[in-house]
Amino acid sequence: MTLNPNPELPARPGAPRLIYRKPDVLADRSTHYCPGCGHGIVHRLLAEVMTELDLPAHTIAVAPVGCAVFAYDYLNVDFVEAPHGRAPAVATGIRRVRPEAFVLTYQGDGDLAAIGTAEIVHAAARGERITAIFVNNGIYGMTGGQMAPTTLLGQRTTSSPTGRDPLLMGYPIRITEMLAQLPGVTYAARGSIADASQIGKLKAMIRRACMVQIEGGGFSLVEALSNCPVGWGMTPQESIEHLKGPVVEAYPLGVIVDRALAAVVTEPGPVPDPRAVPADGPAPDATAVPEA
Amino acid sequence: MTDTLEVGGGGRPKSSEEEAKRRARVLMKGNDAVAEAAIQAGCDAYFGYPITPQAELLEWMARRMPELGRVFVQAESELGAINMALGAAATGARVLVSSSSPGISLMAEAMSYMAGSGTPMVLINVMRAGPGLGGIGPSQSDYFQATKGHGHGDYRVPVLAPASIGEAMDLTVDAFELAERYRTPVMVVFDGILGQAMEPVELRFRNPARRTFDWALTGAAGRPARVIKSIDLVPEVLEKRNIALQRKYAEISRHEVRWATESMEDAEYVLVAYGTAARVARSAIEKARAKGIKAGLFRPITLWPFPSRELARVARHAHAILTVELSSGQMVEDVRLAVEGRCPVGFHGRMGGLVPTPDEVVGALKALHGKVERTREHEREEQRKRQHASAAAPAERTHRAEADAPARGHALANAPAGRRDGGER
Repeated sequence: MTLNPNPELPARPGAPRLIYRKPDVLADRSTHYCPGCGHGIVHRLLAEVMTELDLPAHTIAVAPVGCAVFAYDYLNVDFVEAPHGRAPAVATGIRRVRPEAFVLTYQGDGDLAAIGTAEIVHAAARGERITAIFVNNGIYGMTGGQMAPTTLLGQRTTSSPTGRDPLLMGYPIRITEMLAQLPGVTYAARGSIADASQIGKLKAMIRRACMVQIEGGGFSLVEALSNCPVGWGMTPQESIEHLKGPVVEAYPLGVIVDRALAAVVTEPGPVPDPRAVPADGPAPDATAVPEA
Repeated sequence: MTDTLEVGGGGRPKSSEEEAKRRARVLMKGNDAVAEAAIQAGCDAYFGYPITPQAELLEWMARRMPELGRVFVQAESELGAINMALGAAATGARVLVSSSSPGISLMAEAMSYMAGSGTPMVLINVMRAGPGLGGIGPSQSDYFQATKGHGHGDYRVPVLAPASIGEAMDLTVDAFELAERYRTPVMVVFDGILGQAMEPVELRFRNPARRTFDWALTGAAGRPARVIKSIDLVPEVLEKRNIALQRKYAEISRHEVRWATESMEDAEYVLVAYGTAARVARSAIEKARAKGIKAGLFRPITLWPFPSRELARVARHAHAILTVELSSGQMVEDVRLAVEGRCPVGFHGRMGGLVPTPDEVVGALKALHGKVERTREHEREEQRKRQHASAAAPAERTHRAEADAPARGHALANAPAGRRDGGER
């Protein structure tokens, strides 16, 4: 993580100095998120990036419906609450009348990949100059852990009690890869909050996505694979292991497209079935994050 | 509009400059005229989705807004359009959205959010016949939807109903003012006839003064961050928000009721109708008067707030009221609530995209007239009988006659109020 240098460096070498502190844009309060939840990490990364790029005073953000509905309580920027899934449309409206603003949506996988597919696809297709932060934990957390379109095959949720069966419930959606097909999408990447190394890479992705908007590019999207210990029925530690294993297998990490750099980095592969016997082939390269 | 027209409420003084502009008259299609009126009123952004019979409005905006360097987006759906409007309006922009009935149903969700979060916006519904996909003919079957709430929750939206293209232009501009003054979505409803027909209109435009909004999202530079939202999970806090909303609605009901009357000076029979139905009623009134029925028109302009008090006053002196609608009878429920049994209320309507003819309305009026006359004659007969009986009977008989009063009261309630205290006895 980036060190926030103390503007007033001490004159005396060796004296204590501030090397790291909470970004001001992050509100000074505890969150409603469950213990071990990854939302706090994504909030923090977003706050750091916004501070480093001097964005908070120009930002108009759109809060989703879902666990992050109270995002405006934790990030001190102007916020409008969108109906479930409609954040990209709301952001479009803001963008069109406020060309100078930094426009951001923060959405979960139920919001973005289920009820809001039309809005996200068409905002991306129009190449709206907005940045979408997409937190994918494969479950509806706010409503008590129901199956999401991103839920893994075989995963048990309160609405797929015997596990997600593709014959009855279909397959997980890799929506970031789908969106990356669209020429309006300038940047699309998938990171994870699983450990410090991944968090650092995720931050670089968020930073790059924001830069694309600042530099006048089109639609930018960062999918953050996250955990939901309560919804997954795991301890926070188990949920992180699960995230590093089957979740990353189903959703390969890396930059999927960066059209500003004229680069298509990752081609989407087949969705692995966690119930199937593990294949001997090499696992998807989970660390392929080029320098932004 | 004729010189006999008397418009109540919401009247604004007309300057000489404005009068000069009135001279310009052109033939315009309703949808085009309304779009241009919105543009001249300073509309910053328009979001829409094609649907008949309002597509011309979208097309006019598609051409004109970019010419003026303003925002036009054809959205992926009505959901997209209304939510783009939510976003743009949240920044303080003057925003217009238009659609027709099935599209309005899709917009119901965001209307509820906008009402709850106090986001001003104008939504035009060029109504078509339902239910479901229905048809594209003119209809007023969205009265319930417009006035009783499109989406979920305890909220209201001012609804303006023009009866001519010129009035539609004026009301669209007024709608922006109402929306911004009260921080609420406002609806303008008319039907495919007004939307598609051409009428000579006066090119009188108005650009309402801009307010400074202390709530608009502009980026939190040099001030605390602002949030536009409708959620509150603490019941006590949410109730307070609701109480504030209801106060706002009470204020709108006090100050913003609009209606118009025609030929009411000597009217015994009152036609209550809005929009296209009011124009049919106007023709029917001429025909009825030629047949000796003294009819007048009461035309609600705000469907919410409904001109209940004003209609109640009219009902006190009317023999009967006939409500005419292009529906199965929706506004008639509000008419009956306002009239509170002061006089009989009849209904005539057509559905499916059909418009009643003036002769049809006159027929309904004659039937109502005959019924009322028979009832009144019967009442007079009963009255005479009772008077005769009470004159001949001993004291306890008189007492019993008085005990009968509530039963007679029902019939008397249908007579003009002046006679309700039994003055004839």
